[in-house]
Amino acid sequence: MRPDANESGLTAAGGPENRAARPRFNPTLSLSVLILLLISTVALAQQRFPPPDFESGHKLPLTTTPAGRAFIYEYVDVAVLAACIAISVFLIYRKRSRAGLVGLSLFSLAYFGFYRKGCVCAIGSVQNIALALFEPGYAVPVSVLAFFILPLAVSLFFGRSFCAGVCPHGALQDLVLLKPIKVPAWLEQALSTLPFIYLGAGVLLAGTGSAFLICQYDPFVPVFRLSGRALMVIAGVALLALGMFVGRPYCRFLCPYGALLKAGAMVSRWRVTVTPDNCTQCRLCETSCPFGALREPEEVQTTPSVLRQDRRRLAFLIALLPVLVLGCAWVGDFFSGAAAALNPTVSLADRLAAEKETPAKSGALSPDDLALDRARQNADEFLRNAEAIRKRITTGSRIFGGWVGLVIGLKLVGLSVHRRRKDYEPTPGDCLACARCFEFCPSELVRRGFPNGFASQPLDGSPLEPALK
Amino acid sequence: MGSIAMRSSAMNTVWQIDPQKCVRCGNCATHCVLEQSAVKCVHAYAICGYCQLCTGYFEPEPNDLNTGAENCLCPTAAIKRTFVEDPYFEYTIDERLCIGCAKCVEGCNRFGNGSLFLQVRHDRCVNCNECAISKVCAGDAFRRVPANAPYLLKTTSHGL
Repeated sequence: MRPDANESGLTAAGGPENRAARPRFNPTLSLSVLILLLISTVALAQQRFPPPDFESGHKLPLTTTPAGRAFIYEYVDVAVLAACIAISVFLIYRKRSRAGLVGLSLFSLAYFGFYRKGCVCAIGSVQNIALALFEPGYAVPVSVLAFFILPLAVSLFFGRSFCAGVCPHGALQDLVLLKPIKVPAWLEQALSTLPFIYLGAGVLLAGTGSAFLICQYDPFVPVFRLSGRALMVIAGVALLALGMFVGRPYCRFLCPYGALLKAGAMVSRWRVTVTPDNCTQCRLCETSCPFGALREPEEVQTTPSVLRQDRRRLAFLIALLPVLVLGCAWVGDFFSGAAAALNPTVSLADRLAAEKETPAKSGALSPDDLALDRARQNADEFLRNAEAIRKRITTGSRIFGGWVGLVIGLKLVGLSVHRRRKDYEPTPGDCLACARCFEFCPSELVRRGFPNGFASQPLDGSPLEPALK
Repeated sequence: MGSIAMRSSAMNTVWQIDPQKCVRCGNCATHCVLEQSAVKCVHAYAICGYCQLCTGYFEPEPNDLNTGAENCLCPTAAIKRTFVEDPYFEYTIDERLCIGCAKCVEGCNRFGNGSLFLQVRHDRCVNCNECAISKVCAGDAFRRVPANAPYLLKTTSHGL
């Protein structure tokens, strides 16, 4: 019993006893029981109204415990994920089939999206891993671990095959893409740092037990569930509307797991190539990529004056890197207050410290007052605990600031390094392996037997049409 | 990574309310991501006193001890009151109507045996990676429990 059973409670409790006049109870006795309850203690609070012995032989119903999803389905999910990734790799690298990937996307959208309601997904699993890293008491379920590791491991060999047709978020955006427009290169490059920053923020908040930011601000899970917070429903619909003209905005400019896969894909063993064999530089694929991942051939200038200038810029940027990291870490310190406010324990402790002197409210309490009430009961320990969490968040915020500096610095370094490219090829990190560019390549059409197949069956002897216009 | 894998458990976890920590604040009814909360009132019949004047069923100081809406605490009429034998009545929760507002739970805990309590119902819960209610729970009563033991049922009144 809560020790603060108050006045209003008592009147109401007295009422029932007088009126109900339960024959098994002597009113005075029950009244005295209630008075004893007032002085409240645990031992007495245990049994206010002893459970009856029914003379009619009434059987007590059982408390029902409806089961959730059967355990075995966790493994089914992992198996479906593994199978989908394998099919995706097969479709991209062996079949080179866009139609196949669209089919796979539809399946993934139906299964991981609308059937599994987008939970648990690889994107969110990042936070479970972060929580497990910093919170010894939390054990990651094996299925969540598999959702985290499988796509990442595959990205080291086959790039972002997971993004291509397995991720329901990607599939949803890919299927609404109507008329892609090109995002200006400067904007594209600037926005492409966001996923790494978002990843850092997600890890910081999950690792300190504050919030699963990436889940809370997931724009598509409300779409899959067909319900959710108004803000996120609007964000989801807005992103989909944007996604009709800007290819996969969430994947390219926000997705924190995509950031990890991008890192994996940059060093991947096999890469997507536009052409199945050799590039004839026909430029037909030039505008085929809706995600701005296709780079044109680049001749690196090697005249001494240009080279010297490039080297100097690179040296300056590399020297700038530690300055940027330290500077941003310093700035990150200022955001530790905002990060701490997201932690329920710390924000409650702040309120407790502010209202320590004011007496506890009585009567009908709001949820916030009830929470304050709970914190008050063991105020010192609660404040100590919150202080420890706050320290961790402060340290974490500095590291997060440093991470932001590192991301920006490395982006600048990356932009100032020119790589020689003699063919049209997708950049491994940005390529989502959607297979759209394949069918723009004449060599690919030859591989599929197009012109020849065309030639071998001329329609009523009319002159052969060129297969490619 | 290795240490996480070593510590990972084969069993998935689900969210559940510790009824001993629940402070009946009412957030369960309003903060679940589902339109009708996955949290429902549950009845531990073995603890129930089968009171004629159930303080979980009736308003404080009701006009009359009958099932009229003006006497009832439950805003959705989700509690069914059936006569067993004089003077005992059985109270059953209709989960299709229950919204998890905890009004009855508060009444039962404050003046009765505390046999009514809130639980996450796993046939409804979508098992979000992070439960939206857990973040605002006034009693800090939400926690992850193993999926093979997904309920924290009350077996003794008032947790003793």
